[in-house]
Amino acid sequence: MENLIALLVAAPLLGAAVLLCGGRRLDAVGHWIGVLMSSASFVFGVILFADLLGKDAEHRTLMQHLFSWVPVEGFQADVAFRLDQLSVTFVLLITGVGSLIHLYSVGYMEHDERRRRFFGYLNLFLAAMLLLVLADNYLLLYVGWEGVGLASYLLIGFWQHKPSAATAAKKAFLVNRVGDMGLSIAIMLMFTTFGTFAFGPVLSHTGDTSEGKLTAIGLMLLLAACGKSAQVPLQSWLGDAMEGPTPVSALIHAATMVTAGVYLIVRSGAIFNAAPDAQLAVTVVGAVTLLFGAIVGCAKDDIKKALAGSTMSQIGYMVLAAGLGPIGYVFAIMHLVTHGFFKAGLFLGAGSVMHGMNDEVDMRKYGGLRKYMPVTFITFGLGYLAIIGFPGLSGFFSKDKIIEAAFAKGGTEGWILGTCALLGAAITAFYMTRVMLMTFFGEERWKNQPTRSPEAPSAEPAAEHHGEHAEPHPHESPKVMTIPMIVLAVGSVFGGAFFSIGDRFLHWLEPVTGHSEGDSPLSAAAVTGGTMVCLLIGVGIAWAMYGRRPVPAVAPRGSLLTRAARRDLLQDDFNHVVLVRGGEHLTRSLVYVDHTLVDGVVNGTAASVGGLSGRMRKLQNGFARSYAVSMFGGAAILIAATLLMRAV
Amino acid sequence: MNPVNYLYLSALLFTIGATGVLIRRNAIVVFMCIELMLNACNLAFVTFSRMHGNLDGQIIAFFTMVVAAAEVVVGLAIIVSLFRSRHSASVDDASLMKL
Amino acid sequence: MSAQELAAYSTSTGEAFQFWVLGTVAVIGALATVFMKRAVHSALSLAGTMIILAIFYLANGAYFLGIVQIVVYTGAIMMLFLFVVMLVGVTAADSLKETIKGQRWLALLCGLGFGILLLAGIGNASLTEFDGLSTANANGNVEGLATLIFTKYVFAFEITGALLITAAVGAMVLTHRERTERAKTQRELSEQRVREGKYVPPLPAPGVYARHNAVDIAGLLPDGTPSELTVSKTLRDRGQIRDVSAEALNDLKALEQRAEERLERTEIEPATFKREEASK
Repeated sequence: MENLIALLVAAPLLGAAVLLCGGRRLDAVGHWIGVLMSSASFVFGVILFADLLGKDAEHRTLMQHLFSWVPVEGFQADVAFRLDQLSVTFVLLITGVGSLIHLYSVGYMEHDERRRRFFGYLNLFLAAMLLLVLADNYLLLYVGWEGVGLASYLLIGFWQHKPSAATAAKKAFLVNRVGDMGLSIAIMLMFTTFGTFAFGPVLSHTGDTSEGKLTAIGLMLLLAACGKSAQVPLQSWLGDAMEGPTPVSALIHAATMVTAGVYLIVRSGAIFNAAPDAQLAVTVVGAVTLLFGAIVGCAKDDIKKALAGSTMSQIGYMVLAAGLGPIGYVFAIMHLVTHGFFKAGLFLGAGSVMHGMNDEVDMRKYGGLRKYMPVTFITFGLGYLAIIGFPGLSGFFSKDKIIEAAFAKGGTEGWILGTCALLGAAITAFYMTRVMLMTFFGEERWKNQPTRSPEAPSAEPAAEHHGEHAEPHPHESPKVMTIPMIVLAVGSVFGGAFFSIGDRFLHWLEPVTGHSEGDSPLSAAAVTGGTMVCLLIGVGIAWAMYGRRPVPAVAPRGSLLTRAARRDLLQDDFNHVVLVRGGEHLTRSLVYVDHTLVDGVVNGTAASVGGLSGRMRKLQNGFARSYAVSMFGGAAILIAATLLMRAV
Repeated sequence: MNPVNYLYLSALLFTIGATGVLIRRNAIVVFMCIELMLNACNLAFVTFSRMHGNLDGQIIAFFTMVVAAAEVVVGLAIIVSLFRSRHSASVDDASLMKL
Repeated sequence: MSAQELAAYSTSTGEAFQFWVLGTVAVIGALATVFMKRAVHSALSLAGTMIILAIFYLANGAYFLGIVQIVVYTGAIMMLFLFVVMLVGVTAADSLKETIKGQRWLALLCGLGFGILLLAGIGNASLTEFDGLSTANANGNVEGLATLIFTKYVFAFEITGALLITAAVGAMVLTHRERTERAKTQRELSEQRVREGKYVPPLPAPGVYARHNAVDIAGLLPDGTPSELTVSKTLRDRGQIRDVSAEALNDLKALEQRAEERLERTEIEPATFKREEASK
C-alpha cells in the first residue's frame, strides 16, 4: 500500500511532462489527459485513505522511502514520503477539488488555444503541492514549495500577452521569494540545530532545544507561511494574482498554494508549541490578516478581487487558529477543508458569471443575474451561505470553532483574538452579502452599458474585443462547468456538519496534531450566539446599503477608508515607498560608494602601481652592464651584511 | 711579510676586474676582465692551499683554469658570431630586452 | 725556497721584496687592462699580470699550477684572445666615454665599496697561521696533485673533461655558418654587375706607389685625389685607408731638395708638406 504514495505525485507529474513535452499533436486530447491524471491521483488518494481508515488511530502513518537523495556523511536527505492523517486530508482536498477545477477548466478554457499547456501547468501545480504535503523532510518539502511557486508563476502569468498578467506573475513570484528565503533559513537553522531535516527527528527533539533557537526557526517558518499564504506583510501578491484565469484563482485559493502556509505551521506544530513567542506572532499575523483581507474585500468592485480579499481573510482565520497551538490546529485544518469547498465553489461561480458576461469582472455592471444563470446562482448562493457561517452549513461549524478556540486561548490575548475573529465574521457577512446582492439581485445594470467605468480594473482580454461596445447576453455555463460547481456546493453545505457531528474530524487528526480544549471564558453557546449576532449585523448593513438602494454603476468616491481599501489598504504604496524607494536609495548610495570609494581605491592602486612601474621601467634599460652593477652592488651588500652579522 | 698580503692582492685584482666588467663596453675587454677576476680567485685558492698545508686549494684552482678555458672558448665564439651579425663587439648594442 | 720558509708565519725577505715589486706591477697591469683604449693593449697588459701571478703561484709552492698558468693562460688563452681581437679589428680603439647615465659612477662606487669590504673581511679574518706546504709537497707537488685528481677529485676531473669537449663542440656550432644557397660563380657575378649597371670593369689596383706595402693605400686619380675604390672593402669599413696623396708630394719635394743640395742651389726655400695620416 505504501507504494501508492509515490503514484500520488507521479500521476500529475507525468501528466505535466506529457502535456508540456507532447507538443501540438496533443492539443485535441490534452485537457482530458490532465483531468485523467488528477483524477487518478484522487483515486489513489481515496484508496490510501480507505487503507488508513482501516487501521488503528495510532498506526495511521504510511512511509515510503523512494531513494537516497543526498547520501553524504552528516547530511542525509532522502526522497521519502509520509502519509498520515494530516497529509491524507490535504491529499484528498488537493486532488478532489483540484480534479473538479480541472474538469471545470475544460469548459472554461475551451476557446483558449493554449489549453493543453494550461492543463500541463495545472498538473504541475498539483504535483508540486502533493510533493509539498507528502514530503517526509523539510528539504523535500522545500522542493514542493518551490514547485508551487513556479507553477503559480506560470499560471498567474498564463495570459502573458497582457502586461498586467505578466507583472502580477512576477510580483507573486518575487513576494513568494521573500517567504522562500524564510523557509530556507529555517531549514538551515534546523540543520545546525538538529543535524537533520526529517520530520520525525526534528519534531521529536524540540524538547531538548533552547527556546531561542526554536523561536528563530518558528519565526522563519512563519515568514515562509506568510509568503505562500498571503498573510500580512507579504499579502500584496494575492490580489494581483487574479490576473490569472479564474480556475487558477480557484485552485490557488481553495486547494493549493495558500494552504501550504497553514500546512507548514500545523506540520511544524511541535516547534511552535515549544516557542510561545513565535506562536504569538502567528496569531497576531493571522488576526491582522483576517481583518485586513476582510476590509479589502469590502471595497473591491472586481468580483474576483473581492473574493481574493475574502480568501486572505479566511486564511487569516486558519493561521490564527494554527497559532493557538493544540487548541486550534484541528480547527485550522477543518476550516481549510471546508473553505476549500466553498471558496472553490465561489470562484468557479464567479468564473461562470464572467463566462456569461463577456469576461466582465466589475460587479457594478452585473445585477439581477439570478434569472439568467440559475445553477450558478444556487451554487454560488450556497457557497455564500457557507462562508458567512449560516447555521448548518460548513462555514458555520468550522469558523465557529475557530472563534471559540480564540477565546479559549485565555487571558487578554484570548479576548483580543476572539473579538477580532468575531469582527471578522461580521465583515465577512457584509462583504459577501454585498457581492451576492450586486451580482445576482437588483436591477440589470449590464443593459445599456456601452462604456466601462474608469474605476474598473482591467478585465480579461476577451473583454477588450467584444465586451466594451456589445451588450452582454448572460447565459448559463455548460454542464462541464456547472457539475463541478454543484459538487462543490454539496461539499460546502454538508462538509462542516459531517466533520463536526461526533467530532469526527477532531478524532481523525488528533493523533498527528494533538488537541487540548483550553479554558474558554465564554460558553460555546455564547460564542455561537455572538457569531450569529455579528452575522446578522453584517448582512443587515449590506442589505441596507446595496439591497434597498440601487447600486450606482459608477463607484462613488467613498470615504477615506473605502478609497484606501480599494487600493488594497495601500499595501502596494507602502511596499513602493518603503521597499522600492528604500532599495533605490540604498542602491544609489551603494553605487556612489562603489564609484568613489571602491573604484577610487582600486583605480588608485592601479594608478600608483602603474606610476611606480613606469618609474621602475627606467631601471630596466636593457643594458647588461647596468644589471651587472646591480648584481655587484648586491654582492657588496651581502658581504656587508655578513660582516655586520659577525660583528654583532 | 705575512702571506696574507697575497689575499689582499687577490681581493684588489678581483675588484679591479669587476669594475672593469662594469665600465668597459667592448665585449672582448669585458671578457678579459672576467679572466682577471678568475685569476684573482686562483691566487686566493693557492694562498689558502699554502695556509692550510694541503693541496686541495690548488686542485680547485686547477679546475678553475680548466673551466675558464672552456668558458673562453665558448665566450669568444659567441663574441665572434655576435660581431659577424652586428659588426660590433659592444655589449650595449645587445640591449633588446627592454621596451 | 726551502720548506722551512714556506711553513713560517712570515716569508723571507726575498719573497717579500718580490711580492711588493711584482705585486705593484700586477696591479698596474690589471688597471691597464681595464683602462687601455685598445683591446690589444688590454690583452697584453693582462698577459703580463698573468705571468706575474704565475710567479706568485710558484712562490706559494704551487709549482705545477705556476707552469700551467704560463702554458695554458698566457700561452693559449691569451693567444686566443689576441686572435679574436685581430679578427674583430686590432686597431679599432674603444671610446671610453660612458653612454649609460650614471653607470661609471655607480660602477666605481660599487667597486670601491666592494673592495673595501673585501679587504676589511680578509683583515677581519685573523689569518695568521700558515701551515706551509712542506708536508703536502713532500713527494713532489705534481705527484701530490695527481694523487688527489685521480682519487678524490676523479669525478670532477672527468666532468671537466666532458665540459671541455662540450665547449669545443659548442664553439664550433656557434661559429659555424651553414651556407643556405649555392655560391655564385664568377660568371654569374659579372652578369649581375652588368645587369645592375654598376661598376663593370675590374676594380683599380691599389698602391701605385710601390715603396709602401700598398694594400691599405688608396690609388690616386689623375687629379691627385685618392680613390677609395682601390682599397679592399674590409679596410674601408674599418677606416684603415692611408691617404698618401700628400706623402707622395712630400717625398717628391724631399727628392728635389736633395738634388738641389747636391747641385748647391741653396737659395730656394724648400716647401714642406705636413704628412697626415688618415685614421679614424
